[in-house]
Amino acid sequence: MLTHRPSRPARRIIVAGASVAALALTLTACSSDDGGSGSSKTQDANEKITLTVATFNNFGYTQDLLDSYTKTHPNVTVKQEIAATSDDAKANFTTKLAAGGAGLADVQAVDIDWMPTVLQYEDKFTDLSDKSLDGRWLDWKAKQATAPDGKLLGYGTDIGPEAICYRQDLFEKYGLPSDPDKVAELLGGKDATWDKYFQVGEQFVAASKGKVAWYDSPDGTYQAMVGQLANPYENSDGTPKDLSSNADIKALFEKVATESKDKGLSAHNQEWQPDWTASFQKDAFATMACPPWMTASIETNSGGVKGWNIANVFPGGGGNWGGSFLVVPAAGKHTAAAKEFAAWLTAPEQQLAAYKQANNYPSQVEAQKDSAVADSTNKFMNNAPVGKIFADRAAAVTVTPFKGPNYFTINKAVTDALVAYDVQGKGSVESNWNAAVDAYKALGLG
Amino acid sequence: MTALTTAPTPPRVGPPEKRRRRVGFSQRLSRWDVKVSPYLYISPFFIIFAITGLFPLLYTGWVSLHKWTLIGGEAGYTGFDNFTAIFQQSEFWLSLRNTFMIFLLSSVPQVIIAIVLAAILNQNIRAKTFWRMGVLIPYIVAPVAVGLIFGQLFADQYGVINTALHAIGLPKIGWHSNTFASWSAIATMVNFRWIGYNTLIFLAAMQAVPTDLYEAAVIDGAGRMRQFFSITLPQIRATIIFVVITSTIGGLQIFDEPRTFDVYGTGGPSHQWETTTMYLWNLGWGPQQNLGRAAAVAWLLFVVIVIFALINYFVSSRISTSEARRGTSKQGRGRRSSTDRKGAVR
Repeated sequence: MLTHRPSRPARRIIVAGASVAALALTLTACSSDDGGSGSSKTQDANEKITLTVATFNNFGYTQDLLDSYTKTHPNVTVKQEIAATSDDAKANFTTKLAAGGAGLADVQAVDIDWMPTVLQYEDKFTDLSDKSLDGRWLDWKAKQATAPDGKLLGYGTDIGPEAICYRQDLFEKYGLPSDPDKVAELLGGKDATWDKYFQVGEQFVAASKGKVAWYDSPDGTYQAMVGQLANPYENSDGTPKDLSSNADIKALFEKVATESKDKGLSAHNQEWQPDWTASFQKDAFATMACPPWMTASIETNSGGVKGWNIANVFPGGGGNWGGSFLVVPAAGKHTAAAKEFAAWLTAPEQQLAAYKQANNYPSQVEAQKDSAVADSTNKFMNNAPVGKIFADRAAAVTVTPFKGPNYFTINKAVTDALVAYDVQGKGSVESNWNAAVDAYKALGLG
Repeated sequence: MTALTTAPTPPRVGPPEKRRRRVGFSQRLSRWDVKVSPYLYISPFFIIFAITGLFPLLYTGWVSLHKWTLIGGEAGYTGFDNFTAIFQQSEFWLSLRNTFMIFLLSSVPQVIIAIVLAAILNQNIRAKTFWRMGVLIPYIVAPVAVGLIFGQLFADQYGVINTALHAIGLPKIGWHSNTFASWSAIATMVNFRWIGYNTLIFLAAMQAVPTDLYEAAVIDGAGRMRQFFSITLPQIRATIIFVVITSTIGGLQIFDEPRTFDVYGTGGPSHQWETTTMYLWNLGWGPQQNLGRAAAVAWLLFVVIVIFALINYFVSSRISTSEARRGTSKQGRGRRSSTDRKGAVR
């Protein structure tokens, strides 16, 4: 076998064809026509059914919590499927959605980053509007899950109102006020602006003689700033704005690029890369934009480095980063029961239990006011009163950025250019902006 | 199978016509058996291939001629628009360049190192099985795990390699920012995984080389190097061709290693290490969800691989014929020299 000499070109072509075909195979798995119609399928109220809820990472839904639903609804058994990462969950979600919704759980947890897909294909999801639930969530949270025609497609679980996490020890070392209230004041308190934030950063970096950067990454900072624009890349009707003439974005890009590299405020890392993770243990930077779930990442990445604290302040007003929803795919067998269950699971009582379990800051107004949340502190963050801080930060959020179907594509074009300039040290601000515009043009969005 | 064709001659009894017909039928049966059964035996492969290979291949062609989104499905016939759009994307050409360079940087050293390793393992060394199994260990490590480990090695600021370089006073290498460095790093990951596998294939081929060739060479006074170049290499030529072809096909479809080279898996902010298969993936399953264009890229990649396979074929058939010619002339020379020597001894 090993010494035989392949003799026919055709065979080689078949082999090549087979291997390409294997690729092609993955493509075909995705053709579909939509089976789900919006109609809710009602069934006998006493019929024994099993509902599945698909989540990722740690939503804090224990089996005990889910079992307690069976006590009030004896005919319903609840099973949870947990994906390890949100990327895994997203791949699973989009693939099954592409296959017409077969195999999706009755209740699906959806990260805010995938909501544009849900809103774009609203027919594939059950309308969850319910008058009795009005006012349960913060307005901007409900708005993130509302389709243009007014349908509510998802029930909010947690949110990511941003504060500023900072290294108290490094602030002290380089002569900045280190007390959280003083830091909030230093950055401008209620009227904190990004200009002020960068200005203090320049002082800090000068004081540390360039040894310690001001913030972790250019893309994290840009992300926080872009999240405060109402229509960053697209008009509210979903049509994309031409990036080459998008003055707001160009100004943000130039600001972050110059401050990060030319003024040396960033630690020159890209978020989530191994270097970024490692930088937490190297005293590489002193501040970062910080939603509640980020405190857990900081704690994990710091691995023994203490001295973190949270300042109740955020430049440019409030900002939200992350958070999730529960949606009910229309292809499910028990959409009515699933809707009822999703409403129960996102009720304040259940979200309080989840907060205790996983520290996911609730989006429900009632839950935020509950002492279990409002009075909570974070030991790793120097016992910062996170319950109060994030309630204030959530209340400060005024703008919900419009994220249409092309948000992430265009956003990637801009952050790629930012990373190329600051992290990888390529070209100039101008040439990288042009690269972003070229990448946008290549999308052919018109 | 030949046993079935030689039916025993029946005894000459009974009416002649009947006997003739019976013999004729069983003979026909056995003739069919000879002619048809081989195809029957290999047919499962082709049937399965038609379902899992040919059909998707053609279907992908169909998709590539339409506007087609991942979730929304078909949205109208567009002719060759997807293809012309792809041709205008610099990202596509960059991805071809990256694929080709990573392929070169991985396949060439891979085959050379594997042959050398196999030659060493083919010697009389202690604990043979241990070493032979040892080279295969990287192959059984999951590619994603390899990606994670190499991610720590090749991190730009705090990676193991750059820390070591810095410690001995050398400049750090921008593994992710420098295009060529990123190709080399990915090629290292590929080589780490595939060298052992190819070594074992070469080793198997080397063990099939008749030992009398080496004995004759030793009598002729050929050294180790001469034996390696004049006997081992020509004898395993067919295997080399096989490995070159499989690694060409694999190399042009490279996906896992560049995808796990950073946590985003999109090929770098300036597409430094985005290969064509990654480009395909990013188009279809990235935020664009454009299956029509992804299908067009799949077809273009198919064409590229077919072209490479053809080049491989012509080059390797040229090599094999010229090698054969050289082989005979060498034999002739060898015979002459040995008779000369015999004469000299006499």
